[in-house]
Amino acid sequence: MLFGIEWDTSTSWAFAWSILPILLRGMVVTIQASLLGFFVALGLGLLLASLKGVPLKIIAWPAAFITEFLRDTPLLIQLFFLYYVLPDYGIVLPAFLTGALALGVQYSAYTAEVYRAGIQAVPRGQKEAARALNLSERLTFIHVILPQAVVRIVPAMGNYLVSIMKDVPVLSVVTVLEMLNVAKIIGDRTFNYLIPLTMVGALYLLLTLVAAWGVRVLDTRLPKRGIPLK
Amino acid sequence: MNEPIIRCEGVVKRFGELTVLDHLDFTVDPGEKVTIIGPSGSGKSTVLRVLMTLERINEGVVYVDGEPLWHEQGAKGLEPASEAHLRKMRQKMGMVFQHFNLFPHMTVLRNLTEAPRYVLGLSPREARQRAEELLELVGLSDKAEAFPSQLSGGQQQRVAIARALAMRPKIMLFDEPTSALDPELVGEVLRVIRSLAEEHELTMLLVTHEMDFARRISDRVCFFDQGRILEQGPPEEIFSSPKEQRTREFLHAVLHPEE
Ligand SMILES: Nc1ncnc2c1ncn2[C@@H]1O[C@H](COP(=O)(O)OP(=O)(O)O)[C@@H](O)[C@H]1O
Ligand SMILES: [Mg+2]
Repeated sequence: MLFGIEWDTSTSWAFAWSILPILLRGMVVTIQASLLGFFVALGLGLLLASLKGVPLKIIAWPAAFITEFLRDTPLLIQLFFLYYVLPDYGIVLPAFLTGALALGVQYSAYTAEVYRAGIQAVPRGQKEAARALNLSERLTFIHVILPQAVVRIVPAMGNYLVSIMKDVPVLSVVTVLEMLNVAKIIGDRTFNYLIPLTMVGALYLLLTLVAAWGVRVLDTRLPKRGIPLK
Repeated sequence: MNEPIIRCEGVVKRFGELTVLDHLDFTVDPGEKVTIIGPSGSGKSTVLRVLMTLERINEGVVYVDGEPLWHEQGAKGLEPASEAHLRKMRQKMGMVFQHFNLFPHMTVLRNLTEAPRYVLGLSPREARQRAEELLELVGLSDKAEAFPSQLSGGQQQRVAIARALAMRPKIMLFDEPTSALDPELVGEVLRVIRSLAEEHELTMLLVTHEMDFARRISDRVCFFDQGRILEQGPPEEIFSSPKEQRTREFLHAVLHPEE
């Protein structure tokens, strides 16, 4: 029994059917952690990318260092830091929040690079033309640079959303009951790992396919007429 | 004669070790049509880019329309210009680039109305009307709703000219406006530029390798060499009897490339 739901081990099919609602509970957690982590990564990445672009070295340099550090260390380190070290400083977060935050922090290093590359891919002449027309820096960014960068940024971000989903099982080490962890617990208790693990694999496939499809739909909705994309 | 509308005094521009403008002195009178010629790397684009405030200067002073461009009059003489001052000065100039630099995600119309609306504060209707007049001037009234990528290079450059004109600049800067075009498209762009050259008020600075064109439209031709003006004068003088050996060599190389 898990989440108050009993399983039926009489036949394989009955077993699979009975644990499906339990796995779906785990799947909801997986989706929530992915989305929360993704949004944290989108926000924090934008912050890091902006800070790295500041002309002042005293700001740009630490931002670059943090990005590099996050990129070159395993997710598990960030997770352990947040889960075991933060409480020493009086910050105690539930395991789920800690895990989602760790995902977001880790992936902010990648999303920062996506933002930077997307903006850098806009030819320099665009900024110069905007300046020659006396558009303000703000307007140049919002009307000229951003629309041309977004169409390059969105597909790459979509790939990271799928990546984050696949990294969620790491959160099981801090007791988050995401989908794979739930399957493992079922296996531990019933000595049948094959069926829950296979089902998790299938559910994961479904999840990532849906996410990838969603990103593609979003991508086709973007106004990209005229923008030369390599 | 009036006060010059552009006056460069001892302007130095360096890129690292490389001195691109070497104590350049250069003046342009209001309404004058000046063509800049010279070998690649001699600093022709840099002059225009300095004027358009795309490139800072290291030394010297540039005056545009009676005011220092890169400086402001402070308590203790000239001080580096603020962004507000640069914005005010930029208003006097428009620039046409070699590679057009149209905004690819905007329609032709939007390319023309963007700055008049958001910089000059024109209403959408006023901006649209102004854009339509200019599209007619450059012969592209039927392309208002097209995207730049749907136009030929010549058409794109004509849109770019209209876009710059929409800000009603006193000075138009053209940096090799036909160099990126297929030969058969050069004429349509030159025709538009020539029609502008007939406007007495408009001051024009044109960098080009189209020597025949330069001869026809310019009041004065300046030969740039190594960041300075080596020789300048009326086109018939520069093209027919250049004094400097370097000018002769350059003109010979451009007019008889096969030799
Ligand atoms: N942003 C830059 N950084 C470094 N060097 C530059 C830059 N822009 C131009 N230069 C150099 O300055 C010199 C003059 O350039 P430019 O004014 O474009 O010459 P022209 O237009 O006469 O061919 C060239 O040698 C060019 O390589
Ligand atoms: Mg040039």
